Amino acid sequence: MAIHTIDRTAKQIVLTVQEYSLFAGRALMNLFRPPIYWTDFLIQSDIIGVGSLPIVILSGFFTGGVLSLQSSATLSAFGATAVTGQFVSLTMIRELGAVLTGIMVSGRNASSMASELGSMVVTEQIDAMRALGVDPMRKLVTPRVFSTIVMLLFLTIVADAFGIMGGAAVTVFLNHQNATQYFHMAYEHLRYPDIVQGLVKPLFFGYIIASIGCFYGMRTTGGTEGVGRSTIAAVVNASVLIIFVDFLITHVLLSILPS
Amino acid sequence: MNRSAYATPNPAIATPDTGPVVALRNVAVGFDGPPVLEDVSFSVAPAETRILLGPAGVGKSVLLKLIIGLLRPLAGSVELFGEEISQMPEEKLFPLRARAGMVFQEGALFDSLTVRDNVAYQLIQERVPDEEIDARVHEALRFVGLEETFALYPSSLSGGMRRRVAIARALIHQPELILYDSPTGGLDPVTSETIIELIVKQRDVRATPSLLVTHRLQDAFTLCTHHFDSEEDRMVPLPEGQTNRNTTFLMLNEGRLIFDGSLDELVHSKDPFVREFLE
Repeated sequence: MAIHTIDRTAKQIVLTVQEYSLFAGRALMNLFRPPIYWTDFLIQSDIIGVGSLPIVILSGFFTGGVLSLQSSATLSAFGATAVTGQFVSLTMIRELGAVLTGIMVSGRNASSMASELGSMVVTEQIDAMRALGVDPMRKLVTPRVFSTIVMLLFLTIVADAFGIMGGAAVTVFLNHQNATQYFHMAYEHLRYPDIVQGLVKPLFFGYIIASIGCFYGMRTTGGTEGVGRSTIAAVVNASVLIIFVDFLITHVLLSILPS
Repeated sequence: MNRSAYATPNPAIATPDTGPVVALRNVAVGFDGPPVLEDVSFSVAPAETRILLGPAGVGKSVLLKLIIGLLRPLAGSVELFGEEISQMPEEKLFPLRARAGMVFQEGALFDSLTVRDNVAYQLIQERVPDEEIDARVHEALRFVGLEETFALYPSSLSGGMRRRVAIARALIHQPELILYDSPTGGLDPVTSETIIELIVKQRDVRATPSLLVTHRLQDAFTLCTHHFDSEEDRMVPLPEGQTNRNTTFLMLNEGRLIFDGSLDELVHSKDPFVREFLE
């Protein structure tokens, strides 16, 4: 009985991964084949990009502040508080800006995509769309994927900038250090590989967030309760996958572009 | 019951000698459990209206979705507009589906769009100019008697109004086939009659072939025993003993098609389930 259950669960996982891969592949390929719904792309860009701006600004600013607080406490033991700016900027740009923005946007938008599309599935709106001769993959999924990829890139840049500013605020107003020194260190030690690393990640994270959110939304079953399950699955899986893919990308990029 | 076939006054309604609009042959459908439908075969001829009867949960809605390729059969063949669609890729199905109209059980209106955008959905995708869209939406809404709802959202409409908007959405493109999935389910008798009148109007004025799913016998008999009088602009009963010859019946039970014939054959059927259903 136990083996049977394990067997069935394993098959289910493999099947889900297979279905997700096909789904995500189709969503991406649709970017290169007409019809492309540009209006939907702009609408989704507004919802995902502009709509996520406040949470990205706040989380970026306070993360930078916390980094500054924590690092200066440790660095002061070595008399190296002067490098706080370098520490904050490198950490934000290479790692935390992309990952935090990815997770924040995942919490906001993967859930909204899963619940919106899930509700459309259970109320037969997706079937109605198909019956009207419109492909829901092209009309609903591809614009969301494309918008999330593009917007997450810009949101990450915003998070990086506000993170550095948050670090500066703590450094100047709480730690009473020199702002010029902070910004000089933050800028002077940045290298192109650091920036490339920070800007490549959101492209993958955006794809993960939108494709997982839409995937779980489009395979919703079981009425309103099913919509809830899809939403949870989308947020959990997108967040975990972001952290896992972050590890892989960092590993690969560090070997290609050593700092 | 002594009923003679009703010869409709509109010559366009007479069945032409072309192939069926829909043809199902030995179709079986199943999901994870036992088959939902088995060995189902029937066809819908041009200008024909077929009424699919059966108890709740027997697979009537599944059958409708099968016909326009929203579901795939496990076995058998499904022909739509003369093309075999059971193995057809999704991309090739979209243009075929666009030629048909479907009214879903609960309307399935897009709740984030206005009535205008819902009804015009197909036209908007085809980039029809806005002036033409507005004119055609007004015409379609006038057909279902809801012109005043043009700018409203579906959430502000009653259940009956939503179904009528769904009918307008299905008709705006002048489909070559209409599928109605329980269009009167859960509605009060007055609203149900309004919707049946629209279906009769579409049948008699535009001669569009259709398949209507219902478990309400009263609606089915009304469809058979009434016609739309264009001069009076309302549905009127046919003379006593006459029925619409282009309106025929199918009945499903336990996943199988147990009846295929006219109203006269239905009421005289010896099948115990048909008798029980009618009584």
